[in-house]
Amino acid sequence: MKQELKLTVNGQPYELYVNPKTLLVEVLRDELGLTGTKRGCESASCGACTVNLNGMAVKSCTILALQANGGEVLTIEGLAHGTELDAIQKAFLDYGAFQCGFCTSGMLMAAKGLLDENPTPTTEEIKEYIDGNVCRCTGYNSIIRALNAVAKGEYKEKR
Amino acid sequence: MSKYTVIGTRVHRVDGPDKVTGAAKYTFDLVLPNMLYGKILRSPHPHAKILKLDTSRAEKLIGVKAVITGKDTIGKKQGIWRRFPELCDEEILCRSKVRYIGDAVAAVAAVDPDIAEEALDLIEVEYEPLPAVFDPLDAIKEDAPQVHEGVELNINVTRHIEWGDVDEAFKHCDYVREDHFRCSSQAHLCMETHCAVASFDHSGKLTVWTSTQSSYYIQVLLADMLGLREGDVRVIKPPTGGGFGSKFELDSAQFCASLLSMKLCRPVKIVLTREEEFTTTKRRTPMVYYSKLGAKKDGTLLAKEVRVITEGGAYTSMGATALYLTGFFSSFPYKYPNYRYDGYRAYTNTAPTSAMRGFGAPQAVFVGESQLDMLAHDLGIDPVEIRRKNGMTPNYEVPGQAYIQSCGLHQCLDKIEEHIKERGKLPPNRGIGIAAYGFMSGGIFNWFDTPYAFSAALVKINIDGKVDLFTGACDIGQGSDTTLSMICAEELGVRLEDIRIHAGDTGICPADLGAWGSRETLMNGNAVKMAAADAKRQLLEFAGAKMGANIVYDLDIKDRKVHLVDRPERGLSYYDVVKEAIRGRDGEVIIGRGHYTPHRKGMISPAYSFGVQAAEVEVDPETGRYKLINVTTAHESGTVINPVGIEGQLEGAIMMAGGYGFCEDQPMDEGKILNPSIGDYKVIRSLDMPDTKILEIDTFEPEGPFGAKEAGEGLTNPTAGAIGNAIYKAVGVRITDLPITPEKVFRALREKEKQSK
Repeated sequence: MKQELKLTVNGQPYELYVNPKTLLVEVLRDELGLTGTKRGCESASCGACTVNLNGMAVKSCTILALQANGGEVLTIEGLAHGTELDAIQKAFLDYGAFQCGFCTSGMLMAAKGLLDENPTPTTEEIKEYIDGNVCRCTGYNSIIRALNAVAKGEYKEKR
Repeated sequence: MSKYTVIGTRVHRVDGPDKVTGAAKYTFDLVLPNMLYGKILRSPHPHAKILKLDTSRAEKLIGVKAVITGKDTIGKKQGIWRRFPELCDEEILCRSKVRYIGDAVAAVAAVDPDIAEEALDLIEVEYEPLPAVFDPLDAIKEDAPQVHEGVELNINVTRHIEWGDVDEAFKHCDYVREDHFRCSSQAHLCMETHCAVASFDHSGKLTVWTSTQSSYYIQVLLADMLGLREGDVRVIKPPTGGGFGSKFELDSAQFCASLLSMKLCRPVKIVLTREEEFTTTKRRTPMVYYSKLGAKKDGTLLAKEVRVITEGGAYTSMGATALYLTGFFSSFPYKYPNYRYDGYRAYTNTAPTSAMRGFGAPQAVFVGESQLDMLAHDLGIDPVEIRRKNGMTPNYEVPGQAYIQSCGLHQCLDKIEEHIKERGKLPPNRGIGIAAYGFMSGGIFNWFDTPYAFSAALVKINIDGKVDLFTGACDIGQGSDTTLSMICAEELGVRLEDIRIHAGDTGICPADLGAWGSRETLMNGNAVKMAAADAKRQLLEFAGAKMGANIVYDLDIKDRKVHLVDRPERGLSYYDVVKEAIRGRDGEVIIGRGHYTPHRKGMISPAYSFGVQAAEVEVDPETGRYKLINVTTAHESGTVINPVGIEGQLEGAIMMAGGYGFCEDQPMDEGKILNPSIGDYKVIRSLDMPDTKILEIDTFEPEGPFGAKEAGEGLTNPTAGAIGNAIYKAVGVRITDLPITPEKVFRALREKEKQSK
């Protein structure tokens, strides 16, 4: 039996009918076509599906869509400010903080969650926050350098 | 000022904006109109005969559109060593026998993935389980079960390399030691699992979008396995979520999606689950090593003998190449006057083993660098010194095998020695271990039997000066799209933003072997450079005539300015020259062509990179747990084309190779992989990642584009050995089987205590 789901995604309100077992990531990717959010495992352990729900970074494969009912979701597609990239995206480009790019959406949304919560994290706090996001390409250090640069205000005027 | 305007500069990746905004569309994201979803049924047995396969109930399930089994194939076996038909041994959809847990027996296409999954449960397969063999040392025994009929002692491939007189040389050694090692398996763990969208249409043409390292290989292998003309198969590589060696053979997603689509004339998408990815997409080759090393008292290495048995798993895959390369790289990076290698690859009823970043070399370097430290310790020689004494130098010939031109190994050793000195005296239970390595810049071997150049490129200059670069190179994250665009821009004399690259689409790009063996910078780079030079020549002919330059003057283009080489201030705008050149040629666009195939460069590779790595660890002697504190690498890869790319390759390699040394493993029980999930398969995450430092050494490789060579895969080789050597320095125990888990360190420490009592 499908149930009604009201969700605001990247500022756009949606009304949908979904099966109760549908995951938030399935609604985003399969119903709304927001394929920037990825899936890398079936065990909630890779972080590729990370989005922001009501301002917090969450793994969207661990949340039933109906649990997010009435909530506000920000996905990678909503991270930039119009045609202007967000500071974190700019830093990722400058520091080469991604390669294959498959974990990148999740990594960026985790970073967004961190910096919204704590705009000046230490290196150790950055490492702890992104420990749930697996990246098989970069070895993380370029990601940490990028986030440190944002935290230190290198992109201040742009954020 | 640099003589280059593009290469060596810090640029954004050309695919960067798409990847940081979620706009990049991977195969995983593709949806076509009228598309169906496929799932694959796999064997639960390590070895069994298929007695009966009944798909009738599955076919009747509402929503199911087709079910295929081995009977629907044309009965061919695939293999990437096409010059050796006996090594093409994998049906993909098994017809009469399964050989490992995960071998595919049937596939379903349905309107949604859940229905396809449900249909799998309705397929009835009756198996007759057969005796199975799992360990390569058991597999080569007389009475072992036969994995493939007619293959004696399950020996799939053997390889022999020899030079000098090894037996005689050992007689002249002051010191000889013999050791045994075991190297474990490793999962590639691409973040995007193997997947394909196949669309066969009524005109008889098949288009496949797939996550691959070589669209050309997949095109050819699909055509062969499906009975189609190569020209009727178009393989397109969208952005690809990692490969690491697992994505250049034909896989079950590509084959089954294509066959299902051919039955239905509808697009079919198959995405492997993470569990399928762990259990069926091949893995690093486990190896059992015997190594004998002999030296003079002063540390001069006289002879080495290596014997290896590798766990092949059920099929040949790329394992034959891994077997060869582990033997070749066991001699690296030293000047052994006498060397002998014998390698045997045994079939077993386990998941097939194949290529993985480093391609046999990480195993060789772990063994070689561990044993060299053991020997140096026994002779009382410093680890840096023994490597310096025996290390390869420029213009060295590996007898009968390879010719090394550029080589910066000694500069790397100097830098690492300085680094170790800077670290000063370490606290107790801390140690720094080093490992040296060398690696190839693309393979010369052509077991695939391509009739085409190994790499080729086309450069098309349009009226507005924008350049279309066509290459078969496959960017799987390593950054070849950016590196090749930089090479094109530099050679042509334009800016990076003037280049638009089209890569990895067999419908529009020249054939190319793809991304493996660290070949793209050198081989594709040379092809791209040649194509750009060809296009530039056509522009300069026109510009020379227009400028009325004295014919003794040379012309060139730099940063969009066409000028006299000796009078850079005298010149024309690149844009103006392009416009007039095209008009002057009756509207014909300018097309430059380039290709590269190595010749007269030995048997392995046209060029080799070198490096030395120092790993610093801190061990808790009570528990055996240890932490990677710092990994510092001095390396040389010729001229650095893309510095941001190299840093990423280097740090990424430390995550992967450190994991190989530190924690990654695939334990099995009766052929079943016990940890097929990202939760259970332990990798280095951000908190475990050590600090990394890069010490870049300048070299110039005459065979490479602008002097460049390999920079991605070689870096996977040293870390496990460096960690092993660091543990020994820290607490005095030697671990000879990978991975070096805390448990093994703990046991070795207790054993050492017992012996000292």
